[in-house]
Amino acid sequence: MLQKIKNEIVESQIFKSVFRHGYPDNDLDRAYAIFSSVFLHVHPVKVRRSALRMRYTFCLGGITLFLFIVLSVTGIWLMFYYTPYTGLAYRNIKDLQFVIFGGNLMRDLHRFAAHGMVLFVWLHMTRVFLTGAYKAPREFNWIVGVVLLVNTLVLSWTGYLLPWDQLAYWAVTVGAKMASYTPLIGQNGPWGPQLGFLPTNDIMFMLLGGTVVGQNALIRFYVLHCVVLPLVVTVFLAVHFWRIRKDGFSGPL
Amino acid sequence: MDEKVTREIFPRDSRKSYGLVELMKKTAPIVRKEPEDTVYVWPNLLMIEIICAILVTVGLMVLIQFEHAPLRSLADPSTTPNPMRAPWYFLGLQELLVYFDPWYAGVVLPGMIIVGLMLFPYLDVNPKGVGYYTYTERKFAVFNYSFGFAIWWITIIIGTYLRGLDWQWYWPWSNHLEHMNPALVTLIPLHLIFVNWFHVSEGVGKLFGDIIFIGYFALGTIIPMIVWKPMYKAMGLWRYLTFSFFFLSMMGVALKIVLRLLFNIKYVLVTPWINI
Repeated sequence: MLQKIKNEIVESQIFKSVFRHGYPDNDLDRAYAIFSSVFLHVHPVKVRRSALRMRYTFCLGGITLFLFIVLSVTGIWLMFYYTPYTGLAYRNIKDLQFVIFGGNLMRDLHRFAAHGMVLFVWLHMTRVFLTGAYKAPREFNWIVGVVLLVNTLVLSWTGYLLPWDQLAYWAVTVGAKMASYTPLIGQNGPWGPQLGFLPTNDIMFMLLGGTVVGQNALIRFYVLHCVVLPLVVTVFLAVHFWRIRKDGFSGPL
Repeated sequence: MDEKVTREIFPRDSRKSYGLVELMKKTAPIVRKEPEDTVYVWPNLLMIEIICAILVTVGLMVLIQFEHAPLRSLADPSTTPNPMRAPWYFLGLQELLVYFDPWYAGVVLPGMIIVGLMLFPYLDVNPKGVGYYTYTERKFAVFNYSFGFAIWWITIIIGTYLRGLDWQWYWPWSNHLEHMNPALVTLIPLHLIFVNWFHVSEGVGKLFGDIIFIGYFALGTIIPMIVWKPMYKAMGLWRYLTFSFFFLSMMGVALKIVLRLLFNIKYVLVTPWINI
């Protein structure tokens, strides 16, 4: 009976139009499962047995990607409850803490997954370094990796402002003040004032959209954190994985 | 298969159509390997990935039972917290503000770290040690990475646990509520020490500082060129100069931390525009 229902479903036109192969219990369907799926085709169909050894990669890059996915899901969920307006932002977070069902869970997950992502990017980088995986022909992928590292840090930093509490406000104030010391283009940097950069036109002003951290800074950080930087990370991740496939996995032969 | 041989057997021709099979430069992952050496990704690799994802999820779930995302009072531009701490991953940079002026610690040095990291594959000419963990075959490269890594993490630990009010040094057993007397530590630029010791004018003292600073980079570049000639030969002039600049800058950060913590030196290089 069950077998009959299953066959009805599996043989139906709808099912066949979605899945172009049978259950991967034979080698042909195992191959199809990988390369006919947009999500799985980042993998090769077959890998060397030794590439599965955990003590080589420790899954560090994979964990970083997984944390990025967790961050995307929880982040989009949080966006439903958040208003990037200085008069409301803090109250929205309070609501997440005390009113909204699952608010604490999602916010905590987002926060600690973010810490974890920074940590695991570093660990992954260290692993790649120690196994010499950045050497030719994989030099460029190392650069892409460094770009992803920097993006991860900037993502964390821009997200730091959004709760609009004392921690957020002052951490970002300190960080933005650093920008004003940029040589040549900062109001406080070497040769900055000589080149005509003032508090109203230097790099810090551009970053904050004002001379202090305020509404303009909040909306800038919000858009960077929720749209621009995740898109940049996604694009570079695609390049990162593409290059692994093209240049080959560095692991033991 | 050598690329040349590959090209002879399969000459590239734009009039032909090419399918799924690609001819790769150098050795592809599965070149020269019997099919028996390989396994299907489904289920072998996918299972590992799923187990990893489940473990991370469980880890996160357990963690958030004990620790919650912080939320302080509403942002207030008129009340500055003391001490004011950056997020932990930037504490290393914040700690470096003690040793360098903001334009260097906050802007130029982070930029140099990023560029230096990106350049690593192009500066490391040692072809050995790809695909396995080894220290003996690439001691110098591992030393360099570990050294930078150590500075990064040590400064983070100092910033997290050993800094208190006014960003002064507090031991874990110090009273963290009492302000340190800032007069206890007087910072002096190096050239004033020369002025006191050798009774020279301030200008000459500054000149000594400049000579030490430039001499550090000049000798640090030239001496290894002579002592480790094979290394220099292998790298070539430009690669070597680039490496030397980043290497000496990294060592300089460590030296400056020691000079500042042990001898209260504020600046080595003093110019009208920038001080380091």
